[in-house]
Amino acid sequence: MTGPVTDTYPIIRLDGVSKVYPMPAGDVRALDSLSLDIMAGEFVAIMGPSGSGKSTLLNLIGCLDVPSSGDVQVDGRSVKALTDDELTTLRRDNIGFVFQQFNLIPLLDVLENVEFPLVLKSRAHATRERCREVLAAVGLAPELHTHKPSELSGGQQQRAAIARALVNDPGILLCDEPTGNLDTKTGDTIMALLTGLNREGKTVLVVTHDPRIAAHAGRTILMVDGRVA
Amino acid sequence: MILFDFAKRNIRLHWLRSFLAVVGIIIGVTAIASMGMLGNSLVLSISDSLTSVGDTIVITPHIASAPGGAIGGTGSTLKITGRQVEEIRRAAGANTVVPIHAGAERITVGNEAKTAALYAMDPADVPVLLEKDSGIYLRYGSGIMVGKKLADENDLKVGETIGIGSGEERARIVGILKERGIGFDINPDYALVVADTWFTSRYGDRDYDEVIVKARNLDDIDPVKAAIDTQLNRREQVVNVLDTRKVLQTIVDAFNQISTFTTAIGGISLVVAGISILNVMLMSVTERTKEIGIIRSLGAKRGEVMRIFLSEALILGLVGSTVGGVLSLAGGYLALNVMLQSSKYLFAASTIVYVFYGIAFGIGVSLLSGIYPAWKAAMMNPIEALRFE
Repeated sequence: MTGPVTDTYPIIRLDGVSKVYPMPAGDVRALDSLSLDIMAGEFVAIMGPSGSGKSTLLNLIGCLDVPSSGDVQVDGRSVKALTDDELTTLRRDNIGFVFQQFNLIPLLDVLENVEFPLVLKSRAHATRERCREVLAAVGLAPELHTHKPSELSGGQQQRAAIARALVNDPGILLCDEPTGNLDTKTGDTIMALLTGLNREGKTVLVVTHDPRIAAHAGRTILMVDGRVA
Repeated sequence: MILFDFAKRNIRLHWLRSFLAVVGIIIGVTAIASMGMLGNSLVLSISDSLTSVGDTIVITPHIASAPGGAIGGTGSTLKITGRQVEEIRRAAGANTVVPIHAGAERITVGNEAKTAALYAMDPADVPVLLEKDSGIYLRYGSGIMVGKKLADENDLKVGETIGIGSGEERARIVGILKERGIGFDINPDYALVVADTWFTSRYGDRDYDEVIVKARNLDDIDPVKAAIDTQLNRREQVVNVLDTRKVLQTIVDAFNQISTFTTAIGGISLVVAGISILNVMLMSVTERTKEIGIIRSLGAKRGEVMRIFLSEALILGLVGSTVGGVLSLAGGYLALNVMLQSSKYLFAASTIVYVFYGIAFGIGVSLLSGIYPAWKAAMMNPIEALRFE
């Protein structure tokens, strides 16, 4: 069910990555010398029990965190040498996040939520057209654009969140349990949407517990104790 | 700018506590500005009613030199002799020296008897010291001039006559003096001013009660003062030499200190307002932890997060300070009318500037209070912030 993975390059590369959280009871090694390539255009599911390091992996790829040792490369750029601002810019321009709780900003309406990353990037307000375009692409009707997130159903909120993740046209979509708060039917439509985006060329990473969701992916990475099993 | 917009919305969402924080700033700015305005107006009004423009040296007999400790000042038994006046003239050089007899006398207006202060001086010196309101200046002869308040209260007009002394000798009013306010030299508002010849013909040849030196040039004051001191007070202090400029300065300084003190009290309320902004902002940062995580994950830099929260503090400060500035005009007007019974100094540049000081302080305090919460928001770990429920 995945797109063609020919003629491609590693858009994400992890090289001997360890992440250690210092805890009072002793260090916790969330990732243990993990090496991994994810090719541009791939659809990858990451599975594993709680505490296996899935979230840590996602945070490192999403440039929300830096490894304790080893290196992460996103789109050819090593995160090791980057400042916080540079990491943020890399995240803003190359990565779209999709969360289990949608994480739309309650203060802003749908259109403004989608606009937010775009304005962070372009500093301009003449961006509404682009937002409507993306919202149309994820299948959210125009009459919903001026609603606050709390007025939308879960599926609609997740579509808005995906639109927000797409608005800066990033190469990578990082999805953390994107269907975790949705009923099965709505979850399927969201997965179909993600699959479609993958076909259009986006690299999609989905962290999930659900084998049915993982079945959408071209490759499943199983993690145990901070390593690929 | 969406970041500013974002801050605005958050304020609107939490309008009640934002409003309360703004009220604090309003009170603080109003207090600091109206106190400053009041203090400045006091200083202005004091400077205005103290007549001396600061070019006057007043020489009076030294009280302690009187054997038996007689009470000094005008009309006392202590005098400045004609020889001393000559010495003063020599010391004063080209500056005008006005020796004055001072006293009090019974006057009769119609059938009513009253007491008024009496100043006698060379008629040629009158225009040096005093301004006339109507009529003419004193001439050698029997005419008198009357102080403005004395004239107003007794309905005295130029051309009328009043009785002076127990003999009720008639004297013709030739001129009315302009109101002069409280002076360090003489206080003619409730007084009669007569020619020295008239005075000596009536009370005999007398020594003087005080001598006034009008400096032509402010730079002359110090050397003249020093010269008088060395001439007359060589062996022992026989006269006091008062430099009105110094006295004026001391009084104005004192009022400035009072003004600073009251403004500082206003400042305390502004500090309290700042703390309430700090509190509101810290609450806002804590409540919005998750949101901070979200916008960080969307690609907002630390500086941008900081700007959102500083914008919030800035909006609170701007609104509160502007309203406070406007209210301080009303507050200042009220305070001035209560304290000075006049609001004429309200729009003096040096008064009105306190409105802008108040506004500037208000905005400054708000921004300052916003810095820590904004910094706290900016330095949040995005992963932990995202996990926050």
